[in-house]
Amino acid sequence: MSWSQEQLVAAAYGVVFFFVLVYVAIIAAKLVRLQRETAELVELARRKAGGAS
Amino acid sequence: MGLALVLALIVAPEDADQGISQRIFYIHVPIALTAYFCFGLGAIKALLLLWRGEERYDLESYVAIHQGTIFGALTLITGSIWARASWGVWWTWSSNQLVLFLVLFLFYCAYFMLRFSLEDGPRRARSSAVYALFGVALIPVSFLAIRLASDFIHPTVFTRDGPQMSGSMFATFLVCWGAVTFLAYVLYRVELAGKRLDADLRELREVLQ
Repeated sequence: MSWSQEQLVAAAYGVVFFFVLVYVAIIAAKLVRLQRETAELVELARRKAGGAS
Repeated sequence: MGLALVLALIVAPEDADQGISQRIFYIHVPIALTAYFCFGLGAIKALLLLWRGEERYDLESYVAIHQGTIFGALTLITGSIWARASWGVWWTWSSNQLVLFLVLFLFYCAYFMLRFSLEDGPRRARSSAVYALFGVALIPVSFLAIRLASDFIHPTVFTRDGPQMSGSMFATFLVCWGAVTFLAYVLYRVELAGKRLDADLRELREVLQ
């Protein structure tokens, strides 16, 4: 397959953009998980505090 | 990043020798320099861990090397695309610069194998730190390979006489380098914050349960 110079330049910049996008998506997914875990722990702490009083 | 893209793809003049494919330079070289910087930062943090024994340096070293590996992979991919545009091949084993960078990249890929084969704790932190310090020796070798090489297939842009490009091209390069460095810094801080938060939540869960 023959690639034109313009296509190769677009591919180089596109690959970088794609990598950064995937990285941001992974971080975003992790943040959602951490947010859910934080909410669970807050709930657990409230239950414990309620049970102790 | 937006300004860097506009400068690199639209404003910067076209190279008389390489044509439009030279525009890959503005993304490839800053990414490669950032990869070297991240590996170097990982080694400095590893040294601090061994020296001061503070646990936080283990995570900082790990995140820096992780960033370096990502930017290293991007260096290899963008370099391969540029090679196809300039030399007509995706890869050549005759260029020391390419092969040494691949060795450096694979060395740091093995860092993760070592790290995740050991149980979490001070032993893993120390072993990872020592390995990261060994890897830093490859950085100057890889960086200087182009000047030591006899094939001259890989272009040398920065010589003792200064950058071999016009002022506007050099300014574009500096903006792109700044943008990529800033991107790497932001990603480093975000990943580090995420991993610290993760560890804190795990500890909190153990306390509460």
